[in-house]
Formats: sequence, structure tokens, C-alpha cells
Amino acid sequence: MSEHIAALAAKYDNDPNRLLDILIDVQAQERCITDDAARQLAQEVGLSWADIHQTVSFYHFLSETPRGEYTIYLNKGPVAIMQGYEAVATAFSEAAGCPIDSVTEDGRIGLFVTADIGMGDQEVAALINNVVFTSLTPEKARALIKDMQEGVSVQDMASKERAYGDGNNSLPSIGSMVRNNIQKAGPVCLGPYEVGVALRKCVTLSKEEVLEEINASKLRGRGGAGFPTGMKWDFCAKAQGPERCVVANADEGEPGTFKDRVLLTERAELLFEGMALCAYAVGATTGSLYLRGEYTYLREYLEQVLEQMRADNLLGKAIAGKAGFDFDIRVQLGAGSYVCGEESALLESAEGKRGEPRNRPPFPAQSGYRAMPTVIDNVETLASAAQIIDKGAAWFSHMGTEESTGTKVLSISGDCDRPGIYEVEFGITIGALLEMAGARDPQAVQVGGPSGQCLNAEAKDTPISFEGCPSAGAIIIIGKQHDLLAIIDNFMEFFTDESCGSCSSCRAGTWILRNTLRRIRQGQGTREDLTAMRQLSTVMEKTTKCGLGHTAPHPILNTLDNFPHLYEALIPEQSDIRVFDLDASIKAANAAVGRTSVPEEKEEEQL
Amino acid sequence: MSETIETSSETITLTIDGQEIQAKAGQTILQAAQKNGIYIPTLCALHASKENGLKSDIAPGTCRICTVRVNGRTMAACTTPVAQDYIVENDTEELNDLRKTIVELLFVEGNHFCPSCEKSGSCDLQALAYRYQMLSPRFHYAFSSREVNAESPKLLFDRNRCILCRRCVLAITTEDGKQLFGFTKRGDKSGIIMDEELVKNISEEQAQQAMHICPVGAIIRKEKGFDTPFGQRKYDHNPIGSETVCTTCNGEKS
Repeated sequence: MSEHIAALAAKYDNDPNRLLDILIDVQAQERCITDDAARQLAQEVGLSWADIHQTVSFYHFLSETPRGEYTIYLNKGPVAIMQGYEAVATAFSEAAGCPIDSVTEDGRIGLFVTADIGMGDQEVAALINNVVFTSLTPEKARALIKDMQEGVSVQDMASKERAYGDGNNSLPSIGSMVRNNIQKAGPVCLGPYEVGVALRKCVTLSKEEVLEEINASKLRGRGGAGFPTGMKWDFCAKAQGPERCVVANADEGEPGTFKDRVLLTERAELLFEGMALCAYAVGATTGSLYLRGEYTYLREYLEQVLEQMRADNLLGKAIAGKAGFDFDIRVQLGAGSYVCGEESALLESAEGKRGEPRNRPPFPAQSGYRAMPTVIDNVETLASAAQIIDKGAAWFSHMGTEESTGTKVLSISGDCDRPGIYEVEFGITIGALLEMAGARDPQAVQVGGPSGQCLNAEAKDTPISFEGCPSAGAIIIIGKQHDLLAIIDNFMEFFTDESCGSCSSCRAGTWILRNTLRRIRQGQGTREDLTAMRQLSTVMEKTTKCGLGHTAPHPILNTLDNFPHLYEALIPEQSDIRVFDLDASIKAANAAVGRTSVPEEKEEEQL
Repeated sequence: MSETIETSSETITLTIDGQEIQAKAGQTILQAAQKNGIYIPTLCALHASKENGLKSDIAPGTCRICTVRVNGRTMAACTTPVAQDYIVENDTEELNDLRKTIVELLFVEGNHFCPSCEKSGSCDLQALAYRYQMLSPRFHYAFSSREVNAESPKLLFDRNRCILCRRCVLAITTEDGKQLFGFTKRGDKSGIIMDEELVKNISEEQAQQAMHICPVGAIIRKEKGFDTPFGQRKYDHNPIGSETVCTTCNGEKS
């Protein structure tokens, strides 16, 4: 029995709902969660050993074996691959003296890859003990390894260059080299903003009036599905339950997206105001910001913002002087899982479990976090809501299109001159965005990340909107110099790794699609493979439980439809049936034993 | 997750394949179908009965084979509660092809050698392959490397055959609710794990139950694997889905 383990569990009152926090702390302190630690934790919090194990094994940043004193998570997202990942990975591996996915013999350095850490505009990037390193080159990688071998602290490694990022990234509570790269600040999320105005206006309205304003604005969820925000809040407000909850979904795991990172860095107060006024409208007392593990470096800053807002009477008891309006927010860390961006999976994770999507119904608005009626909204959605209450529904709905009101914060990355954040009105065309960002010789545009759409040049007049091309915010520009199917392969690898494993059609379908694509890329594909991929995609779309399973086939289907020539070039004509040449296949064996092939006639003669 | 389904007293009317039936509010589509002699295939949901020793129905919702079309949208029958005037399509060419595809996926994902398996003839996966006339899967095999765990004195756990339905995870627990089986990792590395400490001391009754509820041959009671002779196995005379009424139901018959 370890007193350290017991103390960490006690820090969270041995609450099984805080298991993820406990595990993150144990991992940080011990560098892994041993079987003994798992058994002890099971006793401390009153769960099965199996419960502990299945949670530990689910999250990318938790492990049962040591991950090294310095744990490097090198980003292997699609943009990193386009911008030099291979060379940087090789440099890290050679300098450290260990292959990827292993730890050096002395246990000092662990080298791992991870799917996407939200730095698409400043690749190649890595997390080292939760500290972000951006714009890596092979030379920088070797220098970092040398520092680790000399025992330099990670924070000192980061501050060596004395190149803090812009905006709040340079604050002591963040102290990061990450850059915001705000290329176009729009009027809503990144527009003029004064802390507290929205909340003070909010408490002069009734709950019904707040809901009416949000409904009138026609704000729709910015996380991808686009569900009407006011309708979701209404459902929660009307649901039965002694207490209600508001959760901000800051788990933007879609490769290529980083908009919420910038909003969290520069508009944290706006987000928290949005949560508080949502709490006012639905009658919630509990708030949680689910912060993806990749953004742990922002936690201290966010805690400080919350503390300041409590001091300013914008959170806590009697908010903005309104008696009975009590609401507070705590930060819940994730630990590396894309599917936790799905709202019910996020709730499971926030309750200390594997982050698997729940069976529905009940929907979170009826029974969400700890069985409370819960609103879960994207960071951008909540930030927009605060501005709507401040400046009015009419102000918001005059922007954008009929069905897609307001602005959209986009993360643009890849082969362009000006990667970064663009807040634009809905309805802007893809062609206009490419021009704005300085796209260089594009062959394809991936809108909405791997689960979105892979578009060709014909899409330049397509508008970004829920009626046109919906997007959670990621736009990756892929130049003609890249092998598009290599990037699609990366997407399929991503889905295979991130599938939670629950639904058989997703768990098996993802690796089958990935392997089929690889076979085709190796020149071993047939036309039957194309047919089988379409059939499998239909099954996945119709039988899986959550959005990951529904959309995992998108990269394949989109490229089959929009870039058929890429597959045609790899599958020769008349290759529907692969002809088996017996003589050719046994030629080597015949040569080895000195045998010549026997003509058919001789066989007959012998018989 | 809420995998245990409870029922209440309100009556719901819905149709399944054009047949109007009555159900209780809170029942799932699968439960309603079972009560009315309608077969919806499943490899994960399990109806409580004297044979399997369950105290209540379980519905992990993992196999996706019970997918039906409800008012035009596909849903899992084992996790979707009934609602008034639902129009459910079940035995259609489209849905049966989806089911066949999922059966194929489960075969290529694991390592299934039916002729040598203790569960052959009583295996739900094998039976569904016959039902949907699977000749050979259209997808390439994974040739996965899977462990066999023979540490327990009473149980053999052969992960080659496991289809990750999670019946064992939900159904096999200690008196105080501790799981003997759990789910590990994710994606194509997913699997079921045993708590070897607890499984070591598993009771004979529970060991038999674990083997019985496993739809395939992943969990085998040692020394009793081939007890049932050919001709007396579960599906030797009656193909899966041919029984039209539940004859061993713990609960009331509708």
C-alpha cells in the first residue's frame, strides 16, 4: 500500500466520479499506473479492479508502464505529416536512442506519438510533460533531447528561446510559445468585449426572456452537429431534476482544429459568462469546463480567470447581485481521447469512466452529468451566447445566412501563407477563404477535419454554412505536391485508434477500411475492394452509436467521389479478379529443387 | 451507462413488420418483440431466464446486430425504448444484409475455427452465420494475435473467439457488485480482460453461468467443454430464431 496513492485519492475525497483526476495525478507523479496502484485505487474509491483498468487503458495519456521522466508526445496529425513530421520524428528517435512508442533504457526519455494536439497552424509540434513545443525541426529536436539528457527542466527548455507567443500566451500563468495567429478577428467571439456586461444585462431579464433571445438569434451549436442552441437549453430547463448542470465542451479533438484553444486563451471570460447565463436560463448550479488533456498548459490560467470572476461577483453566490443566482465552474481535465468530444462520451469521462458514448435515450438534457439534466455546448457556442445577450439577437442574426446566423471561427492550416484563426460570417465561400489564407496550389480542401468532407476545386463556390458545407471549424489545405491518399491513410489510422471499441461495426469497420486503403496504395487493390468499402461504409453509417462511427468512412467516400482518378491510377484495368499464375508462383520452389515444370501431356502419359 | 432495462405499467402500441403489438412503457423494442414472439437477432443483449441465471435483462448495445428501422431511422432494438405508434421494420432484405455484414466483420476480426471449438453447435455467432448464409466474408481477415488465458482453475478464456459483446462484463459480478471481467483499450486493440484475483475463486455456479451466457466459445468451463454430444447441442435441431415463444422466462408471459 502506497501512502502517495492514498493521498492522491483522498485529495478528491475518494470519489469514484473523480477517478480520471486521480489517475492523471498518479500518472504525473509516478509516470505510470501500475497494477498494484490500480488495485489500491480500486479499494480507495470502491470500484472493481476491472473498472480501474478499463479506464486507464482507454486514455492515451494514461499508461500501465512507465512513460519516462520526460514524456514526449510528438504530434502526428495530418498537417504535421505535410510539414516535416517524418524528419523530426527520426531526429528525436535517433538522438534519444529509442524507437517511437518506447522509453530509453535509463527510463529518462519516453517517445510517443499522439493524434492531434491542436497546433495545426504551427507544426511540427509536441507535448513534453504537458508543455507545448511548436515549429519543431530536426535540429530543435536534437537540442531538446540533449537538454533532457542533461536534466534541464521542461519549463527551462521552453523558455530558453525566450519566444513567448502573442496575447495571453505570454502571461506567467500560461508562459507558452504557442501563438494565437488570429488572422481575422470577427465581431462576435473575437470582437470587442467587456467582462461582466453580458451577465449584468442577463440578470435584468427573466429566464424565459434569456431563452427567447437565444432562440431569436437562431444560434446553432458550433461543435459540428449544429443543433439549435435555444432548443437544447429549453429541453434542459423543462427537464425534471433537483439540480441542473452546464458543461463546456473544450475537447476539440478533430485533427486540424484549434479554434477553441485560441478562445480559451483570449476569451476565457466570455466563455465563462456564456456558461453562467446558460445556467441562469436553465436553472443550473453546477458548471464544468471539460478541457482536453492536450491543453493542460492552459489550466492554471483558466483557474486564475475563474478566481478573478468569483472575486468580481460574476461566479459563485448571488451572481451580479442577483439573489438566488448561484453558479460555479470547475475545470475537468481530459486525458487524450477524440471520442470524448461526443457529448455523452464526455459525460462518461467527466464521471471518471471510459469515455464511451452512452446509449440514448436518455439524452443529456434529461439525464447528463451525474444524472442531472445537463447542457453541453461547444466553447464557441457559449461565447457567442454571451455576446447575443449583450448585443442582442437582431445584431447576431443579421450576420450570416438565413439558417446559419452569426459568425464561425475557423482554424485554417496546411499549405497556405497565412495559417491561423479566421472569424468569418457564415455563407463565406470556400474559394474566398482559400484566397484569404493564401492557399498555395491546392489540390484538395478538407473541411471539418477527417470526419468532414474532402473537397476538390469544384467546391470553391460552396458556402460554409449548415445549408452548404457545415464545419466544426477545421479547414486543411492540401497542396498538389502531397499524396492525398497518404493523408487519407492518416485519417483512417486516426479513426481506427480513436474508435472507443464499443460498437462492433465501428471497431472492425475502421481497421478494415484502413487496411483496404493501404492494400490499394500498395498496388494490391481490386475493384471489388472499392465496392466492399462502400458497402462497409453504409453499414457503419447505419449501425454505429455515435458520430465517429457515422463519419469515419467519410474520407474514403469523399475521395472515391471527388478524386476517383487517384484510385483508378492504383487499380489497373481488368483487375476485378486477380488471376493466379501457378507456374509463376512456384518458379522459385522449382528452381530450388532443380525441377522443371511438367507439361500437362506428360502427366496424362504417366497416368 | 444504463444497461439494465426496467419496465412500468403504461401500455404502448406499436407495429413490428406490420404486426401491431402491445408493450409496457420502458420496455425496449427488443423486449417487446421477444414478448410477442417476434425474433430480432442479437449477440449482446440477453433476456433473463432460469437457464442463464440473470436476475434482469441486460443490453450492452455493442454488437449492433439488432439494428432495426424505427420510423425510418436505424436504431439498436436492445437499447431503444418503445414509444407509442412506432413503426418498426425488422425482417427486411436491407437490415438482414447489414446483419450479415456485421457477422462477417466479427468473423474476420477474431480467429474462429468452428470445427475445433467447444461451443460449436451452441454458438450464437455460428448460428447467425448459417442464418444469413455467410459463405465466406467479403473482407480480408485480420489474423489477430489474441491471448488464451488459462490461469483460472475453473475457466479457460480464449480471446481468439471473443466478440467483445460484454455480456460477461455486465452479468458476472461478485455479491458486492465487483466486475470479474472488464473491457480494455480501444479501437482495434480492444479486448476483454479478467480480474484474475476474483476469477480464481469463482463459484462453480457462476463459472457455469459465465460459459452459458457467452454467445461464443470465449469463456469455457474447464474439463466440461465438450460435454454435449452432437445431436443434442443448442442449434442441432432448431436454427437460431426459430423458437417463437420464450419458454423459460422469469417474468410474466404476455
